[in-house]
Amino acid sequence: MSGSVPQPAESAVPSPVDPVAPVAPLDRTGGYLGATGAAAVAAAGRATPTRWRLLLRRPTFYVGAGILLFWVVCAVFGYMFAPYNPLAQQLLLNNTAPSAAHWFGTDPLGRDLLSRVITGARDILIITPLATILATILGTALGLAMGYIGGAFDAVVGRIVEAFLAIPFVIVAFMFVVAIGHSLVGITIIIGLVFTPLIARTVRAAVQVERSMDYVPAARLLGENSGRVMFAEILPNVLPAVLVEFTVRLGYAVFALATLSFLGFGIAPPTPDWGADIQANYIGLPAGYWWQTLFPALAIATLVTAVILIADSVEQVLAS
Amino acid sequence: MTADLGVTAPPPADQAPALSVSHMDVTYRVRGQDRLALRDVSFLISRGESYGLVGESGSGKSTAALALVRYLPSNGRVSGGTISIDGLDPLSMGTSALRDLRARTVSMVYQEPGRALNPSMRVGRQIAEVFEIAGQSSGDAQQSAEQMLRKVQISDPGRVMLRYPHELSGGMAQRAVIAMALARSPSLLILDEPTTALDATVEAEVLDLVAALRQEFDTSVLFISHNLAVIAKMCDRVGVLYAGELVEEGPARAVFENPRHPYTVGLLRCIPRRGQRKDTDRLDSIPGFLPTPGVTVTGCIFAPRCGLARDRCRQEHPPFFAVDEVRTSRCFFHEQAPDLPRATPVSVAAPAADGTGGTAGPLVDVERLSKTFAGGVQALAGVDVSIQQGETLGLVGESGSGKTTLARVLLGLTAPDQGSVVTLHGKPLNPDVRRRPREILRALQIVFQNPDSALNRRHTVRALISRPLSRLAGLSGAALRDRLEELIASVRLEDRHLPLRPSQLSGGLKQRVAIARAFGAGPEVVVCDEPTSALDVSVQAAILNLLADLQRKEQATYLFISHDLGLVRYLSDRIVVLYLGRVMEVGPSETVFDGPHHPYTEALFSAVPSLDLQRPDRIRLTGEIPSAADPPSGCVFHTRCPRRLPTGICESTEPPLHEDEPGHQIRCHIPLTELRELQRSPSVSSPHSESG
Repeated sequence: MSGSVPQPAESAVPSPVDPVAPVAPLDRTGGYLGATGAAAVAAAGRATPTRWRLLLRRPTFYVGAGILLFWVVCAVFGYMFAPYNPLAQQLLLNNTAPSAAHWFGTDPLGRDLLSRVITGARDILIITPLATILATILGTALGLAMGYIGGAFDAVVGRIVEAFLAIPFVIVAFMFVVAIGHSLVGITIIIGLVFTPLIARTVRAAVQVERSMDYVPAARLLGENSGRVMFAEILPNVLPAVLVEFTVRLGYAVFALATLSFLGFGIAPPTPDWGADIQANYIGLPAGYWWQTLFPALAIATLVTAVILIADSVEQVLAS
Repeated sequence: MTADLGVTAPPPADQAPALSVSHMDVTYRVRGQDRLALRDVSFLISRGESYGLVGESGSGKSTAALALVRYLPSNGRVSGGTISIDGLDPLSMGTSALRDLRARTVSMVYQEPGRALNPSMRVGRQIAEVFEIAGQSSGDAQQSAEQMLRKVQISDPGRVMLRYPHELSGGMAQRAVIAMALARSPSLLILDEPTTALDATVEAEVLDLVAALRQEFDTSVLFISHNLAVIAKMCDRVGVLYAGELVEEGPARAVFENPRHPYTVGLLRCIPRRGQRKDTDRLDSIPGFLPTPGVTVTGCIFAPRCGLARDRCRQEHPPFFAVDEVRTSRCFFHEQAPDLPRATPVSVAAPAADGTGGTAGPLVDVERLSKTFAGGVQALAGVDVSIQQGETLGLVGESGSGKTTLARVLLGLTAPDQGSVVTLHGKPLNPDVRRRPREILRALQIVFQNPDSALNRRHTVRALISRPLSRLAGLSGAALRDRLEELIASVRLEDRHLPLRPSQLSGGLKQRVAIARAFGAGPEVVVCDEPTSALDVSVQAAILNLLADLQRKEQATYLFISHDLGLVRYLSDRIVVLYLGRVMEVGPSETVFDGPHHPYTEALFSAVPSLDLQRPDRIRLTGEIPSAADPPSGCVFHTRCPRRLPTGICESTEPPLHEDEPGHQIRCHIPLTELRELQRSPSVSSPHSESG
C-alpha cells in the first residue's frame, strides 16, 4: 500500500487510495479547519514553501537588501570608484556647495564628501556585523543558560542584566572605552558586550516557552543530559528568534557605532566615517553648510533603514 | 452539480424561521487561489428549535458559524447561496445594520470563555454594557446584569460581578459569557463547542443550563460540536458535516440510532460503546484522510474513504435523498449505509492466556504518595496504587484531581514529598529522572497528550524514533535499522514518513510517531496521558486500536489517563478514581462501571453524555472543585456530594478506603450495600451484561 502513492507530500486528493488502506496520503496543510478554522486556513500550508522562498516574496525584503547591497559594494570597492581620494585635502576648495565636480560638496578641509560617504561604509560594515555576531553568540549562550537552568541562577543573572540595561548605553560604552580603548577591535567588543544582555533577555524568554513543551521531559526520559537538551533540543527551536534578534540588533549597532563616532569615541579621524564626519562638520550648519552634515546622516539613515526592513521581513516570515 | 433539495422540516406557518441557510458556499482565498471550505450547505432552524452541526476538525463547522454573522477572516467570503436570520439577510447588510444584527438578533458563545471576556473589565460591567447598549440607564443595567447572572445559576452574583475574568473558573466564565449572550434575548444563539474546554461535571451543568435557558428565552440554538454525544443530548435535529458538505440531516435521535450515510455510520462505529472491550473488540475506523481543503471533487466527497463506493459515487455528485419525511442523506446508496463494511476486523483472536496471574507482586507499587507544590497545593495526598504486570490501569478524575502529577512522579519528572514510596519490581525508584539508570528509563515511558508539544518540531521522524533505540536499547547500524522498520510497521507508519518533520504530518500520524518513540526501547510500563484527546474521533479509534494491539504484542502495561470514560472503559482492566489527590474508588473496570460506585464516580458517569441514550442522568454535582491548597475537612468530596450523610460525619471524618468486594475499594462512609440501594432506585438502566 505504501507504493500506491509515490509523491505523497504533494498529492492533493487522496484519490488513488484503496478505500481500506490504513494510511492515506499526507495532508500537508494539516487538514485543519477546526475551532480556529478560518485562521488556520488563512495561514495554511505554512510549511509548504521554504521560508527563504517566502522571504523572497516580500517587497520590503528586496528594498532592504538592495540598499544594504549598495553599501556593501561601497564598503568593498569604494576606494576604487570614489571620484576623489577621501583623505585628499584641497584647502582652496573648502566648504563648496554640491556641484557637478563635487556632487555632495566638500568639507571644511576641502575633502570630497561623496568620496568620504562612499568609503565611510567600510569600517561601519566591518565593525557592526562582527559586534552583532559577538553579541548574538554571547547573548544566546547566556539566555539559553538563564532560561534553561532557571531558579537562583536565572534570578541573579537576570537582576545583573536588568541593572546593566538600566544604565544609559552611552555611559556603559564610555566605561568600556576607558577600559578597552577605542581601537577597531575595542569598539567591536564594546558594542558586542553592550548588546549581549538585550539578546540574552529575548533568548531567555524564547527558551522558557520551549522548556514548557513536552519534548523536554520526553528527552529526559530518554536519558539525555542537560547539554544535549539545551543545544540539540531547545536551541534549534529558538534559532528563529535569535535570527530576528540578530537583524534587529544589527540596525541598532549601526546607530551605536555612529553615536560613538559622533561623540569622538569611535573611529578616529581622518578615516572617513559618517558619525565622525557629522561631528566634525555640524558646527558649519549655522553657516549654511548643510551638505556636510546631511549626506553622512542620510547614509546612516539608509543603512539603518535597510537593516530594519530586512529584520522586519525576516520576522514576518518566521512568525507566519 | 447543485442538487436541488426540498429543504427539510417545514417552518412553522406564520413566522420566518430563526435561521435559514440555502446553498451556501464559503471560499477562502489562500495564496491567490480560491479554496472552497463549505459547499452547497443548506439547513433551517425553526423558532425555538435546537439544531446541531457535528463534524470533525476540517469539516467546516466553525466556518459555517462565522459565515452566518459574517465574521469570516478577511480572506474568506460567502461565495454563493443565501442566509436569512430572523428574516434578515446578513449578506446584503451594510456595516451598521450588520452590527445591529450581531448586537440584537444573533449571539455567539465560543469554546474559550477566557477569550470572549475582556480581561481588563469587571464581569458585571461587561454584562451591564450589553444592557446599556440596548438603551438602559446604567443603574438599571447593573440590576439587569445581576439578574442575568442569577439566571445562569451563579450563586453569588453580586460578588461575581466585581471580579475580573481571570478570577473566574472556566465553568463560571462560560456562564458569564452565556449570560452576556442571552442578555440581548437573541432570536438565534450560536454555540461553538461551548463545553469542550470544561471538565465533565462542569460541562454537564453548563449543558443543563443551556437547555433550561433555551426553554425560558425561547431562543433557537445552533449548537456546533465534534462530540456526537453532546449533540445527541442537546439537539432536536442534527446535520452531519464532512469536508465542507452536509452529508446527512435529520432528527438527532434517529440519525444517531440509525445513521443513513456511510460517514455517519463510520463515525459512530469509531466510538467505544458499552460492552466493547479491548480483549474482544476492535473499534472500527474510517480509512484515509479528509480531502485537502478546496480540492474539487467530481463525485461524492466521501467516496475515496467509503467502503460502499461504486463507480457512480466517483463520477456523480450525489444530491440529497429523502430517507423519510424528515431525514435526508447525500448518498446514492443510503439504504445500504448501515451495512457499511468494517474497515478494521471486528474482533481480535481469543485473548492471550491470562498473563496477569501468577506474577509475584505488582509491577509498580505506589504507597503513601503525596505531592505538595509550592503554595501548599496538595496535588496528591497519600495515594496507594499498584499496577499489575500486563494490565491497563485507568486513571479517572477531573482536572486538578492529580492524575497527571501521579504519572509525572512515576516517571521521575516531579519529585514526591518525603515518605512517599514508588517501586518498580519492588525496588524503589529514584525520584529524579536524571539519576535513574538506563534500564529504569527504558522500562518507563510516556505518550503525551499533545504530539505537537511532545515531538520536537526540528527533528525528523527518523531521528525522533531512532533516538530511544540508540540511547536506551543500545542499538546501532543494521540492528537499529531493523528495529526501526519493525516499529514503524507496527504503528502503521511508512518509510516515506521517515524524512518528514512533525509539522508535515497530520495529528494522528504525529501521535503514531510519539507512540513509536515510547515503545522503541521495549518499555514495561507506558503512561498514556490523554493520548487521544487532541485527535478527531475517527483518528482516535485507530490510535486506541493501535494501543490495544501493541499492548498485546509487546506485553506492555499501561497507565491510561483520560477524562473520557468510554475510552477508559474500553481499554482498562482496573480503574482508579481520583478526586483532589485522593483515591476515591479502585476496582476492576466493569465492577466500577456497573456499580455500586462511590458518589463521585456516580456523578462522573452521570455527567458524561453518552450515545447510549437509555442511561439516566442520576445525579448532578454543583459547584466547582475546591482548591487543593485548602481541601475541605473530613471527606474532601462532601462539599459537592449529593449523597452526603445528615449525621455530619462526612464533614468531620475522612472515611477510609474500605474493601467490601474483593478488589473493589471505596472511600465513603456509606456502606456498599446502601450505595447499591441508593443507586438502583431511579429508573434502572438495562442491565446490559457483558461477559468477557
